[in-house]
Amino acid sequence: MLKNRIIPCLDVDKGRVVKGVNFVDLVDAGDPVEQARLYDSEGADELCFLDITASHEGRDTIFDVVARTAEECFMPLTVGGGVRTLDDIRKLLLAGADKVAINTAAVRNPEFVREAALKFGSQCIVVAIDAKRAGRAGQGDGQGEGPRFEVFTHGGRRETGIDAVNWAKRMAEYGAGEILLTSMDRDGTKAGFDIQLTRAVADAVSIPVIASGGVGGLDHLVEGVRDGRASAVLAASIFHFGAHRVSEAKAYMNENGIPMRIGGGVDDSTGGTDER
Amino acid sequence: MRVAIIDYESGNLRSAAKAFERAVADGGRPGAVEVTRDPAALAAATHIVLPGVGAFADCKSGLAAVDGMADALTEQVRGRGKPFLGICVGMQLMASWGREHGDTEGFGWIPGDVAALDPADKALKIPHMGWNALEFEPGIHPVMDGISPGAHTYFVHSYGFAPEAESDVLARVDYAGPVTAIVGRENLVGTQFHPEKSQRVGLRFIANFLRWSP
Repeated sequence: MLKNRIIPCLDVDKGRVVKGVNFVDLVDAGDPVEQARLYDSEGADELCFLDITASHEGRDTIFDVVARTAEECFMPLTVGGGVRTLDDIRKLLLAGADKVAINTAAVRNPEFVREAALKFGSQCIVVAIDAKRAGRAGQGDGQGEGPRFEVFTHGGRRETGIDAVNWAKRMAEYGAGEILLTSMDRDGTKAGFDIQLTRAVADAVSIPVIASGGVGGLDHLVEGVRDGRASAVLAASIFHFGAHRVSEAKAYMNENGIPMRIGGGVDDSTGGTDER
Repeated sequence: MRVAIIDYESGNLRSAAKAFERAVADGGRPGAVEVTRDPAALAAATHIVLPGVGAFADCKSGLAAVDGMADALTEQVRGRGKPFLGICVGMQLMASWGREHGDTEGFGWIPGDVAALDPADKALKIPHMGWNALEFEPGIHPVMDGISPGAHTYFVHSYGFAPEAESDVLARVDYAGPVTAIVGRENLVGTQFHPEKSQRVGLRFIANFLRWSP
């Protein structure tokens, strides 16, 4: 059967990891490639780089990071942040990314997602949605069956008035292969995913949904899949500073009824590739 | 050993090339891996790899657009019997027909159709994306050496290949029903999954392919 996925996410600024794992076994904890190698060895199911480089001059550094990672880590790699043009996508894919996450550019011009999916295939187009509960202080508006969620852009600073569930459906129709859904209410709180949001979007679209924002413990990962019906969970901070290892998180989820990919499945004693 | 990975502008081939380079290096024998658009490179190759992402028809026409490539492929793979590996849509192209956005003729090397995945459980997501466990008979084929049934590989696809002959299917995965994961016949093998993205299992599969003498 298909397993659920854990996707560690690294924020990269001008080619350096902003908040990475700070294990003693890393020579250079700020090197995204070293971090990627570590997550690879721990059995991460995919890897995500979020390029937060603000300066224009620094923007090309991500291509080198992606290229160096792809040389060593034979696992799916998603890159997001500042993806605005078909040429941005082409350059990232050529560098070795498998998928690109489009956020603000999709809101600005939804046709961009359609063009990108037609040109490069839906399998590599992830639409990232930053959503917040509409109304005050995380409350629903009291209308209908549940809270309303709204799409925000520019790292959650700019509201769009777009309904997040409808937006996800539209992006799926336009050819997105996957939705990366971040709760801006929960992001950074360590209070767990916004399960209502995750569930509402996951139930509305036929493509996989990655839950993001708010993970503070291993139970949150379980909830994201079990209650939120996400196909994958993305987390950053719980893997920083050794709070939890990816391998530990996968084992915990598996023990709690979430089917995960555990174990190697390769007998290295009979030749083939060396363990890295 | 000389591995030719055919470049017909279907997706990124860098990671595929790197994975083959790694497998060649780990195999301890001299070898070169070449990403190529030159039909003549297939004549010089010992192993031929056809990747592919996107739609069946786009891949077919993309290949046809590389002057002389389709003929060279037929000559070297079918005529000379060189070991051939098709990956994802590169595997699906071996079928008789692709039924994606209308009917498109495949190479017809392995009779059967490529059609939309239709899992019995309608709640399942399409594309079938992520890690799934391979089901196969141990010892079924040299490309599976050292890989255990239940080993996981990385999939991302919405269409599946159903060969007419059961014997052409080497491995399956379950997605509310069987999905073909690996096909094989004579000097041909194909994977629906991406070995270049399947960590150690994938590298081992590639190493096995390079070691295989059909």
